Amino acid sequence: MLKVPVSSDDHIQGNTNAPITLVEYGDYECPYCGMAYPIVKQIQKHFGERLRFVFRNFPIPESHPHAGIAAMTAEFAATKDQFWQMHDLLYENQDNLELSALIDYATSLNLSGKELQTAIENETFVKKIEDDFMGGVRSGVNGTPSFFINGQRFNHSFEYENILAAITNASA
Amino acid sequence: MSKILAPNTAAPEFKLYVTADQSLSLSELKGKPVIIAFYPADWSPVCGDQMALLNAVLPEFRKFKAELLGISVDSVWSHDAFAKDRNLHFPLLADFEPKGKIAKQYGAYREHEGCCERALFVIDKNGIITWSYLSPVAENPGADGILEALEALPQ
Repeated sequence: MLKVPVSSDDHIQGNTNAPITLVEYGDYECPYCGMAYPIVKQIQKHFGERLRFVFRNFPIPESHPHAGIAAMTAEFAATKDQFWQMHDLLYENQDNLELSALIDYATSLNLSGKELQTAIENETFVKKIEDDFMGGVRSGVNGTPSFFINGQRFNHSFEYENILAAITNASA
Repeated sequence: MSKILAPNTAAPEFKLYVTADQSLSLSELKGKPVIIAFYPADWSPVCGDQMALLNAVLPEFRKFKAELLGISVDSVWSHDAFAKDRNLHFPLLADFEPKGKIAKQYGAYREHEGCCERALFVIDKNGIITWSYLSPVAENPGADGILEALEALPQ
């Protein structure tokens, strides 16, 4: 069960009042999350206005050394209303999440690389990311990606057909 | 599946090697809550994820002043390499000789495979088990159950 309800603090893509909510706990450097990324896009396309997608941070920096700064970069972009653009850029460039690359991605979205660097150095977004992480732990997230469909944990492997079937069942 | 020790049981004492020349006993930790995570083996993919997750939740465990111990039948040398590779910041104990002796006392040994179960125990500051959980061996049980058990301890 999802212990932290979706709120305005979340990054929400799609129709805010959609009957279906898909929440992902993800890590930008996790290869499985990278594999799930295009699948989520397909699911969003299939359900259209009927689904809203929420992404929450679940970085494991001791396994993925760039996961923390990548999450901070996405949170930084969110303050400039460009969270999803950055989220997509990060997943499309998972093999290059060095600080210099993150600054380039920021610049490509017309964001200030310098401001990003300051935010990373000042740990501006650390608490938000830790809160996401601990909320996930409390909800039983045990690794990434973990999905919740209308608050219920999705326990199968994340192939398109499986997620599609689970959402279809949940919304029937 | 094994029958693991249930809550309200005194946690069996042990003294196991953490490194080649350093051992740790449960009684040394008396006065603090202790979390024991028995796991089947170093290096197997699910364990890696489980240990990485527990490692990431360490700061939260520390808020309860709890100590986390991982136990498997691997040797200290395997533990050492594994902990370094995964950047684990908690001790991994070697239930290596006689193999699985402590896991057996906790009911957390798989005789057929010769390895530990994936079992979690929360032990209070007086050495009494207050919560235990046996997970399907291929499933990472996460950390929510541990946190709830720590919260339930009298402060």
